[in-house]
Amino acid sequence: MTYKWLKWTRVVIALVFFLLTTFIFIDFHDLLNENKVSQILWFQFTPSLIKFIVLLSLSASGFIVILVLTALFGRIYCSAVCPLGIFQDFIIRIGKLFRLRKRFKYRPPSNILRNIILTLVIVSVFTGSILLVNFLDPYSLYGKMANGLLRPAAIWINNFIAVSLEKLGIFYFFRIDLPPLYLVAILFPVIIIIVLMIMAGKYGRLYCNTICPVGTLLGWISKISLFRIVYDTSKCTKCGKCYFVCKSECINIKDLTIDYSRCVACYNCLTVCEESAIDYKTTWKRNLSSNNEYSRGRRGFISAVLGGIAAFAWSKESFALGRKDVKPLNKKPTTIPEVRHYPVSPPGSLGINHFTSLCTACHLCVSQCPTGVLQPSSDQYGWNGILQPFMDYNNNYCNYECVKCSNICPTGAILSLTEEAKKRVQTGKVVLEIRNCVVYTENTACGSCSEHCPTQAVRMVPYKNGLTIPEIDSTICVGCGACEYACPVRPFKAIYVDGNPIHEIAKEPQTEKLDYVEPEEFPF
Amino acid sequence: MQRRDFIKKGLGAGIAAGTVLAISPANKLFAGKYPVSDGDYDLVAVKGGEPDTMFDRGIEELGGMRKFIKQGQTVVVKPNIGWDATPERGANTNPILVKRIIEHCFNAGAGKVYVFDNTCNEWTKCYTNSGIEQAVKEAGGTMVSGKSESYYKEVQIPWGKSLQKAKVHELILSSDVFINVPVLKNHGGAGITVTMKNLMGIVWDRRFWHANDLHQCIADFAMYRKPDLNVVDAYRVMKRNGPRGVSVDDVVLMRSQIISTDMVASDVAACKLFGTDPQSVKHIRIAGETGVGNPNLETLKISRISV
Repeated sequence: MTYKWLKWTRVVIALVFFLLTTFIFIDFHDLLNENKVSQILWFQFTPSLIKFIVLLSLSASGFIVILVLTALFGRIYCSAVCPLGIFQDFIIRIGKLFRLRKRFKYRPPSNILRNIILTLVIVSVFTGSILLVNFLDPYSLYGKMANGLLRPAAIWINNFIAVSLEKLGIFYFFRIDLPPLYLVAILFPVIIIIVLMIMAGKYGRLYCNTICPVGTLLGWISKISLFRIVYDTSKCTKCGKCYFVCKSECINIKDLTIDYSRCVACYNCLTVCEESAIDYKTTWKRNLSSNNEYSRGRRGFISAVLGGIAAFAWSKESFALGRKDVKPLNKKPTTIPEVRHYPVSPPGSLGINHFTSLCTACHLCVSQCPTGVLQPSSDQYGWNGILQPFMDYNNNYCNYECVKCSNICPTGAILSLTEEAKKRVQTGKVVLEIRNCVVYTENTACGSCSEHCPTQAVRMVPYKNGLTIPEIDSTICVGCGACEYACPVRPFKAIYVDGNPIHEIAKEPQTEKLDYVEPEEFPF
Repeated sequence: MQRRDFIKKGLGAGIAAGTVLAISPANKLFAGKYPVSDGDYDLVAVKGGEPDTMFDRGIEELGGMRKFIKQGQTVVVKPNIGWDATPERGANTNPILVKRIIEHCFNAGAGKVYVFDNTCNEWTKCYTNSGIEQAVKEAGGTMVSGKSESYYKEVQIPWGKSLQKAKVHELILSSDVFINVPVLKNHGGAGITVTMKNLMGIVWDRRFWHANDLHQCIADFAMYRKPDLNVVDAYRVMKRNGPRGVSVDDVVLMRSQIISTDMVASDVAACKLFGTDPQSVKHIRIAGETGVGNPNLETLKISRISV
């Protein structure tokens, strides 16, 4: 029986997942609502796993489906769902066009390295540092690339189209300003792309089979998968075609064995075999363990334990450092500097601790944030939280009624909020330095802060010469940063938000009905 | 006239006007219902009706929209769409008024009618939740973004005292007719926001204005481009916590409208309507002194209408 259709099915599913996942990051017109975004990303392994641990809810059980599918059919996640895996397939394709690598060959597995990395990742997560997931999880890496590089390119193309169509009187495509250029948010994905180009272009799915923690974990399960590719030794002529196209470099043509822990279920081998010597079969009742595999497993176990100990020691340290490193933003000395103790984490994230220990920095919220207030951090959360988004009130502020990030966050680092609840979440508190205020220094009117304040936590009160000057009530402040964004003075602002390490509940602003009687005559 | 009588009559007139409008054939919608005026007024004030019926009556009194728009001209309507708030909050210009103005524009032969604002809150939410996007669509106008610096072109204001240059939305520069449609509101910093203050929504870098004598900048910029028509929406009026407002409690139902080609006159009249001394608002005072418009309502020909 031939299973050549398997490859084309895989390609179609992969394209659908890849295009949808990519589109989420450049959906300027909000064509996909929050529900659809969550549905598309539901299968992404690491975010789903983290969210499941946070919520203990079946609503985040996409990773269980992947685990079951892997136990049945092998690592189909890696070939059909994982955006970074599919991205590497594109690189491999292009690499072949440029003859970077025409043929693959068998490569022995690097099991010790794989296991150490996976153990390091798991242990560090449980001890509170998610930095390694941030750096290694394939979905989160792809998100960083999509947000940091693809999105600016898409904006550029969008603006080109928008300007061209405006001349024809079509204003559907509006122009968009580029996001602020943060070096680390650009540099990191550039490095990742270069690394992937080298690894994938020359060695196929080497990243997935030596570094990727999801790949290693699913690889373990894939070893015992129910359905798998097997050789019919009676038909095989050892022509080597399957072996040349195996981008996992896991087919050992000499003894016709396949390393199932590395096979990403791309089914390329099935398609190229002219003798139909490769079959797709159930392994039911087959003896799984050979001596060879057993010893490999033992080595893997030892390395895993060693790695675990190292990771624990290291991540405890880094965890502590990360907390201490939450340092003030201002560095330049000035007469009246801003005094900030904490950065502001997004509403719904409960506080800096919850957020920084669960966010894998996929930058989905950064891409989807309607105002662009969420931006990748550099050292705001400390180096342990590098690239995790923070509320960047230099770039914009949080729209009072918006709950988008809380509804789309795939890991549960930002938990879902209703509009009403969000209006009371206090992510930080307003601080007023009146000696920086333009009303105080220049004796001219302003009121920009109060103008933007949704709760009137900063309001304008009478001052001299008929002017009004800001006055704050931090109990009703929600920390949205509108005042800070709008404040016109530089280099240090007169009003800003100092983050709450643990989010609080703001008091509801009190209002009374106004008495008003429509006059009978015009007052002029 | 007793207040009760007034309200009764006002309501009656409003219903009657609404009925007439509802049953009139479209081509007669905007013509011939009222005694022909010479249209020679400097300012028309209307009260007691709905935003659309008040505008119908007011623009008729001013000589009709044809006085301002010629066949095939491009019109830009600039309401206040600054905030992510529903119409009941009175933070943005009333969508019913915006819709009716656009209908009048097309009826007068306008080729294209564009609507935009450089919003303060997130712009797509402002456009949607203000109800203005929907209203513009229904009236056949085109909603345009104001949220990219590339839409704004630098202009010089050589006579400006604090503001010598500003980046102005290209639609303002390229359109034949500019209709300014502010909403009357309390403003924490500027005291009150009406006609001239609304022009801050056609420029990009407002922060400079705030840092360099806000009132002087508003008055400086008012000399740059005089709108062809100003329609002040004083239907729902935010009396405190402006210009964003905290809740509907900040709003009173004033059911008034001021229509004028003179920004200063309309600001002065709006101040009086609001209950603020116009002289206490520095940018109105400066603009009156520098001749942007006439602040002395006594010297103007004003039509006062109750519908």
